[in-house]
Amino acid sequence: MINNSLKQLGDMLQAKTISSVELTQSFLARISQYNPSINAYISLDESKTLAQAKAADARIAAGNAAPLTGIPIAQKDIFCAKDWRTTCGSKMLANFISPYDAHIISQFDAVGAVNLGKTNMDEFAMGSSNETSYFGGVKNPWSYDRVPGGSSGGSAAAVAARLCAAATGTDTGGSIRQPASLCGLTGLKPTYGVVSRFGMIAFASSLDQAGPMAKSAEDCALMMNVMAGFDERDSTSLNRAKEDYTKDLNKPLAGLKVGLPKEFFAEGLDASVGKVIETAIEEYKKLGAEIVEISLPNTGLSIPVYYVLAPAEASSNLSRYDGVRYGHRAAEYTDLMDMYCKSRAEGFGAEVKRRILIGTYVLSAGYYDAYYLKAQQIRRLIAQDFVEAFNKCDVIMGPAAPSTAFKAGEKVDDPVAMYLQDIYTISTNLAGLPGMSVPAGFAQSDDGKSLPVGLQIIGNYFDEARMLNVAHQYQQVTDWHVQTPNLDKSEGKA
Amino acid sequence: MALSIEDIKKVAHLARIEVSDSDAAATLTKLTGILGLIEQMQAVDTSGIEPMSHSQELSQRLRDDVVTKTNLRDEFQKNAPVLGNGSTEQAVAGGLYLVPKVIE
Repeated sequence: MINNSLKQLGDMLQAKTISSVELTQSFLARISQYNPSINAYISLDESKTLAQAKAADARIAAGNAAPLTGIPIAQKDIFCAKDWRTTCGSKMLANFISPYDAHIISQFDAVGAVNLGKTNMDEFAMGSSNETSYFGGVKNPWSYDRVPGGSSGGSAAAVAARLCAAATGTDTGGSIRQPASLCGLTGLKPTYGVVSRFGMIAFASSLDQAGPMAKSAEDCALMMNVMAGFDERDSTSLNRAKEDYTKDLNKPLAGLKVGLPKEFFAEGLDASVGKVIETAIEEYKKLGAEIVEISLPNTGLSIPVYYVLAPAEASSNLSRYDGVRYGHRAAEYTDLMDMYCKSRAEGFGAEVKRRILIGTYVLSAGYYDAYYLKAQQIRRLIAQDFVEAFNKCDVIMGPAAPSTAFKAGEKVDDPVAMYLQDIYTISTNLAGLPGMSVPAGFAQSDDGKSLPVGLQIIGNYFDEARMLNVAHQYQQVTDWHVQTPNLDKSEGKA
Repeated sequence: MALSIEDIKKVAHLARIEVSDSDAAATLTKLTGILGLIEQMQAVDTSGIEPMSHSQELSQRLRDDVVTKTNLRDEFQKNAPVLGNGSTEQAVAGGLYLVPKVIE
C-alpha cells in the first residue's frame, strides 16, 4: 500500500477497501519506526492529522470525494499551516505557531487531503544538503551516511522512504529538483507565478516557487491540480485559466524535439551520472524523440548571478525577524539596537547569516552597480539563452545535479563547493522556467553504494503538462521510479 | 577587491547581526570565497543590456480599495516573544509590543 500511486490510493479510498484513518495510521506507524533515524519530519501532530483523516472518511462516505481526499501529504515546513508549528528549519521560528494557512495548505484542505506533518529543510531554504537545519540533518534513505539534498531534503527523504504518499517542496535555485535527484523521486518546479507564494516563508521572492515531490509524474500531475491556480493574495500569482495537468499524460512522444545543452555535459559532471543521463536519452530516442544539440552559453554564470540576487532579496526579506513581534528574542540585551543585533545573531544559523551579509554587502552604497545591477543584466542574458534554445526544441534535458548524494559533512565547511550542486538548476529559476527531476537510474559510488540519478527536464513557460507527459511516457517503459531503498540495510543493519 | 574585518563588521552592523571578533575572522574567509565566485561576472560585457529584476515583466496588479482583512491582533500576539532581561512574560501589554525605551 505504501508504494501505491495517488490514483490507486484514491480509488481504494473511494471503493472503501481502506479508510483514510487506516491509511494515515499506517503512515504514522512507519514514521514512528523510521523517522527517529531519518529525521525527515520537524513537526508531527497525530491528533490534528487523524481528525483530518476522519473528516475525509466522512466526505468519502457522503459521496463527494475529490482525487486526493483522504490521502496523507507531507508539507515542507516553509508553508504556514494554521495552529501548526511552522519553523522554516530555523531557531528563529522554533516556537512560531502559524495563525493562518498558506494558500497551498488551504487548497489541500479544500480537497480533503490529510496533512501528515511538517518536513525538515535547510534553514530558510538556504542549502543543498539539509545540513543547515536547526533541527538536524536528514539522512538519505538510500544510504544513511549521505545527505538527501536540499533545501527540500525532508520532503524528499519522506517520499523516498515512503513516510508519506507525496510531499510539497519549494525551489529557489534547485531545492525541489536536486533533492528529488539525490533521493530518486519525481519533483516539479513550476513556472514562476503558477503556484501562489502566499503563506510560504519568503527567501528570494523573484525566484521562490512551490511544487510537488512524489513517486511519479502522474502523482505530480495530481498534486499540481491542487497546488496551481490564481491567488490574489500573491502579487505575482498569474491569473490563468485552471488547467488539468493530467490531460496530456498519455500523448505519444513521436516527433518530440529534445534539446541537449552542451554546457550540461561539460567539465564538472560526474562521469557515472553522465552515463545514466545518456542511457535515458537513448530511451527517449526509442520513444520517438529527436535529439537536437543546443547551447546555453551563460550557464556557468548562473551561480555567481544567483549568489548576488538571492542573498540580496533574502537580506531584505529576513529583515522582518527582529525579535519584536514574533520569533526569537535574545534573553539579555541593553537597548533596542542591542536587542535586534543579539536576537538575529542567536536566531539565525551560520549559512543564513552569511547570505544576509552577502546580500547586505552587494546592495550597500558603492557596490550596487558592480554587483546587483550587473547580476540583473546577466540574468537577462541567461533568460535569452533559453528563448533561443526553445526555438530549436520542445524540452531541454540534462542532469539535475552534477553528482549523486554526497556524504554528510563533506561540503559543510565549503560554501562554494556546496553552491556548485545547483549548477544545472539555478538558470531555470533565474529565467522563471519550469523544471523537473525524474529518476533515471543508479550510479555506483566509490564505496560501492548504488545511488539514484535524476534526469532534468526543462520546459518552456507554462509547459508543465507537456513535461509531465514527457516524464510519464518514460515511466511507462522504465521502472527506475518504482525502486525503493531498503531502509534497514541503509541504516547499516544486517 | 579584498574584504577586510572592518568591512565585515560594517556590513554586520547594517544587517543588525552581532559578530564577535572570532566570528568576523571566520566569516571573512567564507565571504571572500563567495565574492571570488561572484567576481566571475566582471568578465562579462553587459553594456546596453537592460537589467532583469523579475521573470514576469508585468506591472503590479491593483486591487479594489476595500477592507479585506479582519483584526487578528490577539491571534498574532500569541506568538510574541518572551520579554527577556529576567522576565519570562510575553513582550506584550495592552495590545502593544514591548521593546526597550527608545526616547529619553
